[in-house]
Amino acid sequence: MADKTIDKKIMSGMLRKMTLIRRFEQKVNELFLRGYIPGTIHLSLGQEAVPVGVTTALRDDDVILPTHRGHGHALAKGMPAASLFAELFARQDGCCKGKGGSLHIGDVTKGIMPANPVVGSSVPVAAGIAFAFKYRGQERIAACFFGDGAINTGPLHEGLNLAALWKLPVLYICENNQYAISTPIQSVTLVQPLAQRAAAYGLPVQTVDGNDAVAVYRAAFEAVGRVRAGEGPFFLECVTYRQGGHKRDDPGTYRPREEVEHWLSLDPLPRMRERVVEDGVLTEEQVLELERSVEEEIETAVQTALASSPPDPARALEDVYA
Amino acid sequence: MNEVDMRELTIIEAMREALTDEMHRNPDIFVMGEDSRIGGSFLLSLGLLDEFGPQRVLDTPISETGFIGLAIGAAMSGLRPVVDLQYGDFAFCAMEQLAHNACKLRYMSGGQVKVPAVLHFPTGASGRGGTHAQSMERYFSHFPGLKVGVPATPYDAKGLFKAAIRDDNFCIISSHKHLYGSRGRKFLVSEGVSLGVPEDDYVVPFGSAEVKRQGEDVTVVATLIMLHRALDVAQELEAEGISVEVVDPRSLVPLDRKTIMDSVIKTGRLVIVEEDTLTYGWGAEIAATAAQQALGYLDAPVLRVATPDVPMPAAPNLEKSLVPDTERIKAAIYEVLGR
Repeated sequence: MADKTIDKKIMSGMLRKMTLIRRFEQKVNELFLRGYIPGTIHLSLGQEAVPVGVTTALRDDDVILPTHRGHGHALAKGMPAASLFAELFARQDGCCKGKGGSLHIGDVTKGIMPANPVVGSSVPVAAGIAFAFKYRGQERIAACFFGDGAINTGPLHEGLNLAALWKLPVLYICENNQYAISTPIQSVTLVQPLAQRAAAYGLPVQTVDGNDAVAVYRAAFEAVGRVRAGEGPFFLECVTYRQGGHKRDDPGTYRPREEVEHWLSLDPLPRMRERVVEDGVLTEEQVLELERSVEEEIETAVQTALASSPPDPARALEDVYA
Repeated sequence: MNEVDMRELTIIEAMREALTDEMHRNPDIFVMGEDSRIGGSFLLSLGLLDEFGPQRVLDTPISETGFIGLAIGAAMSGLRPVVDLQYGDFAFCAMEQLAHNACKLRYMSGGQVKVPAVLHFPTGASGRGGTHAQSMERYFSHFPGLKVGVPATPYDAKGLFKAAIRDDNFCIISSHKHLYGSRGRKFLVSEGVSLGVPEDDYVVPFGSAEVKRQGEDVTVVATLIMLHRALDVAQELEAEGISVEVVDPRSLVPLDRKTIMDSVIKTGRLVIVEEDTLTYGWGAEIAATAAQQALGYLDAPVLRVATPDVPMPAAPNLEKSLVPDTERIKAAIYEVLGR
């Protein structure tokens, strides 16, 4: 399906970010298995189109709130890969100086608010950030990511209601990968599509193919325009699929094989790659060059991060009080 | 302080004055809560709608997680929200927001963000039964990252509230329902306590305990309504030749251990009075500090007077039988004095 109405730079930029996230996550998986990363990790393999499509529609001075599965959100909004690797490696040059880890990443200089991985928790916080933008007459917006698992949490409902009530400039993005760990979404709510839950609070909603970066971008672009114009919050549901398990030790075998295979065939990265070539945005050669440059960026970032020291234990007592 | 500028105010009037002053000083401050536009449950924001308009005085739905979470986000973006809760107990509804976002986002982000918000709530027993009676300040004193102020006099209320609003950290201000002096509510205050509040701008810094009454024989540490009862007891025991020193921590976090321990070292005896249930309360923290820093000076075991470990009953006579009264405080003082 040819679509030449989107600027070529935007198309190639999205492909590059998606490739970067894919290679970053694959590298994280590899380095985790080799013992470089303490704790746990939640990979976003297969979900790259959502953060990339959404952040491409944002301005630099807009902010995002990532989830526990947030590496892709952060990279998409511009966090340097080295800074994120260093945080995962628990080094002092990590984005949170080693105090956050994979679950609590953030870089406010890039508009990436520190993540709270407790599902649903960031929904009212995003409303508050947007409240401040509106209070000061700034035309900035907050973009809040959460998964389908958040749909039954109290904070989500309280936050959506307040955001709608006070017409706050927030784009809520439900990254619906259809499972909360092993629990399929249809076994925890009778209401489908999930966007209906937000519609009940008076938010305009849209459900899109979350494995189609262009579709996500188009929907987000339109939604962002409405939110920025002062219409209040918007709820964008992106239906996608987690290619792996929930976290490091989860093979994800509770999902039917045919279902996994079906969604692997809808992998957002090859779809975007093909489209970029078919639409004549980049030649095959140029895509290969893009992939090589991503590979190089990842390798350099890993080396930079590994060169950073673990944080000084004396620093553990700092940053408790402002 | 200039005597001429002193007026007698209630705690809620003193807090309202602090809030009004600060809202005039800084346009980033706004207040919100359930029924804030008609003053809130204890009339903290009475009249502020007229003075500052609907942009800065917001009525919220009954939605503690929602509006406390919203306040946290607004504070992260540089505003200074003041959230007024109907009852402290309802803070439990928003516990995840408070326990994680309010007090840990700064730390977890490596110091990238600040959360300069104030949460004000009424605390303590007032004949309403178990879900409207808890001494909520205790729970929040256990989370590194929160500051907790417990003003028991109008002077301290104005000064601590101003300090909280100006602080770059998330602060909780908790006072007792029977101390506010809100219209139509029971008002208990010790005769020995001045209600004088200067019109001038001043702050009472967090972490500054105050000796509310000088004495030689025993130190009584108490907060909120228990402070008033302790002062009543001290006054009464003076006639019996017992000299009681009464210390008010004024903030539980940070805790001014030095002022408290200086008093304990001077008197050699320590009684701690809490309205809260006994086990794992802040009184245990002060007792442990005394064991560590003043053991050699103690002439008697440290005693704690507190509510027994049961939920608060509604019947006034049952509530009265549990919450420390002047008789129990007196008995503890006699005991540490060996009388």
